[in-house]
Amino acid sequence: MRIHFKTDYQQDLRLFSDLPTFIYYLIFFIAAASAPLWLGEYLLGEMTYVLIWVIAGLGLMILVGHTGQVSLGHGAFLACGAYMEYNLIEAGVPFLLAFPLSGLFAGIIGALVAIPALKMSGIYLAIATLAFGIIVEDVIILLEHWTGGVEGVYVSSIMIFGIDFDRYAGGLEPYAVPGHNFYWLCLAVALLSTLFYRNLLRSPTGRAFIAIRDSEVSARAMGVNVSRYKTLAFGLSCFFTGLSGALLAHFLSAFNYEAFLILISIQLLLMVTIGGLGSIHGAWFGALIIGLLPVLIVIVREEISAAAGLGNFTIPGLDQAVFAGFLIIFIMIEPLGIYGRWLKIRTWFQLFPLAKKDMFKRHKSYLKTERMR
Amino acid sequence: MDPFQLLVGGIANGCVYGLVALGFVLIYKATEAVNFAQGDLMMLGAFVTMTFVNQEWWGFPFIPGFILAMLVMGLFSYLLEFVVIRRLFGQPQFAVVILTIAIGFILRFIAGSIWGHDPQSLEFPLAGQSFHIGSVVVGYDEAFVILVTAVLTSLLYLFFARTRLGIAMQASSQNQLAAYYMGIPVKRISSLIWALSGMTASVAGVLFAAKGAIDPSTGLLGIKAFAAAVIGGFGSLPGALAGGLIIGIIEPMAQFFAPSGYSQIAPYAVMLLVLILRPNGLFSQVFQKKV
Repeated sequence: MRIHFKTDYQQDLRLFSDLPTFIYYLIFFIAAASAPLWLGEYLLGEMTYVLIWVIAGLGLMILVGHTGQVSLGHGAFLACGAYMEYNLIEAGVPFLLAFPLSGLFAGIIGALVAIPALKMSGIYLAIATLAFGIIVEDVIILLEHWTGGVEGVYVSSIMIFGIDFDRYAGGLEPYAVPGHNFYWLCLAVALLSTLFYRNLLRSPTGRAFIAIRDSEVSARAMGVNVSRYKTLAFGLSCFFTGLSGALLAHFLSAFNYEAFLILISIQLLLMVTIGGLGSIHGAWFGALIIGLLPVLIVIVREEISAAAGLGNFTIPGLDQAVFAGFLIIFIMIEPLGIYGRWLKIRTWFQLFPLAKKDMFKRHKSYLKTERMR
Repeated sequence: MDPFQLLVGGIANGCVYGLVALGFVLIYKATEAVNFAQGDLMMLGAFVTMTFVNQEWWGFPFIPGFILAMLVMGLFSYLLEFVVIRRLFGQPQFAVVILTIAIGFILRFIAGSIWGHDPQSLEFPLAGQSFHIGSVVVGYDEAFVILVTAVLTSLLYLFFARTRLGIAMQASSQNQLAAYYMGIPVKRISSLIWALSGMTASVAGVLFAAKGAIDPSTGLLGIKAFAAAVIGGFGSLPGALAGGLIIGIIEPMAQFFAPSGYSQIAPYAVMLLVLILRPNGLFSQVFQKKV
């Protein structure tokens, strides 16, 4: 384990704690940015989808991982962002303006939802947001004028300074993979969101969020305005989710209310929990797993059925069941998410050969009731 | 349409929601875990009963088939807790939520591959018959649903108030550590609670199937039962039943009185309203922590 001797305050404020860390992230960045050069069209599309999920995951992580407020209705905010983006683009607003505005719209709706949600916590909040998500599904169908009702809408492509950023826009020769511009756009938004998040956590606001998560009573005693920061957390979280929704609208090109079913909200929550609550890494890991595992399952299934000579072999719901099976095994082995496992592996290497198996062993725990708070 | 007619249908539906909600609350009270697979357990219970009772399957008489299915579901839930859920004892609540969501997916898949994805109906001996109270037509199936719910609720009440096991369950739900110190086998109790909840779910499933068709996605009804449990205050057994009845009655009323397209929102809107006015449900059991 590297030990940092801190000699000045700048060291606390640095984005990367030391040079090796910086180099790791630089390698990751180069790999991600050059993906259109070495990934095929199909996988690039999947990666774009993963990046959109990362942005939504970061949004939900602010709320669930760092403020401790559960939301099972984030699909609704995804929808807010997507439909606002569609309407603004239709009204002739340029993308560079429409994009933040649709995020802002989702953020404002989120802050409004937070007002009744302030008093709730735990399971009540989860169910209330679930109900909100279900209500929004129906509201989308009712607001036919703006949302196209059941038929849905078709979003026109993104033009920034005359460059086509559409999902299927052609590419630079000789690497003509369609959609690389859109991929880079999503990557840029995801990285900027991550940077913002990182900075947020070092700010008084971020520390207030964490204080509220750890103990609301203590946070209040320390002078944190709990209502204000909870509302802010909802607003910020929904802002990012709205941005993700706007990108999703362009990714799907044509969509209706079915893109924002309650299952999507559940999947978002799955994502941050699988990734590891309370870490930025968690949002990225979770999005990678949730985004790529179904693809992997399909590929493996096709390989197997081709090898066994079964032709085009499908059982309805099998992919989903395998996915669910993975989740069960995963949660049983590592309830703290991929980030928890990552920490263990990293520590093992850093301490080699001194790492002990029981280092991360939890204390014998009994149930802490939620009925007292 | 007579409002009383709507009321009868609503109460019968509400009983089903109430029973599923009861299952949620039992598990939540005892282990603080939220079982998102409760609706799917209900669906499975209905299918198992159908297998025992229907002529094209095994063709048992209705009542023994019903009881056998209850026992099978109880055993299944017991094993589910014993094998899977117990591993997450003391872990963050979220982990269990994710786990039960995943279990729900798998149960749906299993039911789909055994019984197919088309709606099927249970051969219910009293189906299609009805009697009159004044001008209101009451189907025997509706009367059966209400009666069974009443009997089951009183049995549960007696079980929790009078029996040794019931009191042990109450103790371990109030304070697990203290119950453990008193010599109550907390782990086995939580398995038994799951078994009880699985049996309740299978009764709810049979009642649901008695009034209509079932298919593997019937379990999504669990969301409405959630709303019922929350209205009642998640942690109160009579509250869960009352919440179920409220949701059940509101649904047909909204369909009748509200413009179309708005009616399916009604149960959730009512739930949000209850939560805004009383953030911990109608029969609240939350206490302020002293620091």
